[in-house]
Amino acid sequence: MMNYIKTIYYIFEKDILLELKNKDIISSMLLFSLLIVTIFSFIINPAADYKSEIASGVLWIAIVFSGLLGLNRSIVIETMDETLTALMLAPVDKSAILFGKVLSNTFFMIAMEFMIIPAFTVFYNINIFASSCLSPIIFISCTYGFCLLGTFFSFMASKTKIGEIILPLLLLPILIPLLLAGIQSLSSCITGENLENIYKWIRVIFIFDLIFTVVINAIFEYIVEE
Amino acid sequence: MKIYRILDIFVLISIAIALYMVFIYAPIENIMGIVQKIFYFHVSSAWISFMGFSVTFICSILYLYTNKPLFDYVAYSSVEISLTFCTIVLITGPIWAKPIWFVWWTWDPRLTTTLILWFIYVGYIMLRKFIEDEEKKARFSAALGIIGFIDVPIVFFSIRWWRTIHPNVIQKGGGGIAPEMMNTLLLSILAFTLLYISFIIKRVRIELIEKDLKILKKSFM
Repeated sequence: MMNYIKTIYYIFEKDILLELKNKDIISSMLLFSLLIVTIFSFIINPAADYKSEIASGVLWIAIVFSGLLGLNRSIVIETMDETLTALMLAPVDKSAILFGKVLSNTFFMIAMEFMIIPAFTVFYNINIFASSCLSPIIFISCTYGFCLLGTFFSFMASKTKIGEIILPLLLLPILIPLLLAGIQSLSSCITGENLENIYKWIRVIFIFDLIFTVVINAIFEYIVEE
Repeated sequence: MKIYRILDIFVLISIAIALYMVFIYAPIENIMGIVQKIFYFHVSSAWISFMGFSVTFICSILYLYTNKPLFDYVAYSSVEISLTFCTIVLITGPIWAKPIWFVWWTWDPRLTTTLILWFIYVGYIMLRKFIEDEEKKARFSAALGIIGFIDVPIVFFSIRWWRTIHPNVIQKGGGGIAPEMMNTLLLSILAFTLLYISFIIKRVRIELIEKDLKILKKSFM
């Protein structure tokens, strides 16, 4: 067990050090999400009354799309010099390597969210803490679920002929419950309507995270067996 | 005579009987009229697509567990066939909905889930098309077969739960149907199930022949 956690930590540390040196994942994700938020201001008038109902959707779309960008980048780094193959040859638990990558991807995305949310607050004049302080839990649990499946599928996508194009096609339909729960609960946090539902939606997110952590942990060993 | 030939004859007979029952034996519905008859094809196709995806799920687990290629062939064949029937569901649904609900589509849990199901398994087929290594293809698609299938109930319940918050959704009218209609529906489902079994046997045989052909080609090169 101790070794398992250590492996996760080493992979996580490696990714963080690499990112501190290059700074390409977080910066590209951040810029891309800012662009999406800006483009959406042409679709919904940020001064309109109905904007607070739509705002959480806009924010999630910006996060998800830039997250896809980050996932692609993080797997490209691993496949460029066949370092992924080298990692898989290491005499450690294979799923620990995956969870290390999941953890670092989650960390990058949360770092990106830290910067995009204030910008979003300024642009749209919306407070995501307006009615509930639960929004950080929503962000962290949703981001983890997104990165868990995203990292897993990006492993698979990196082995295909078309690479990154297939990732969103596989990932987005599976993520529907997570996105629905994330958008609805965050929307309640902003508007203050249906506050009692926030707990139920958070439960949906937790159940989703839990189920797929177990499933992916169980099948990953079989998938990478070569 | 081989067993699948006998099955084919059964399929033909059951489809003929089902068609007779749908168009002649079953009464025309009072309110919906003739358009209601699409229901027999719609429900049967939905049944086949859900059954087929469950077969994929089970075979994917068995493949990862036992490593026998046959399970992979069955899983893949089942996705191809079920996806076809899922497409039929998505096409016949709006044809029925337009005169009855006055819209082609509503974002009701059942409709939305079926659409997402369709997306997941189109992704499955695309994934297979873009991996060359046979072993990897089988493993990756098995993973998607398992994850996709587990995801479907979560999608359904989360959407149903969301839609009950917003009550302005047209609910599907259920309730009592005439015994003749019930008999027709059951026979249609039986006919479609036989058709599915016959298709899957044929599809797996094609896959096996293709594999042999590849080995033959390699040995001559």
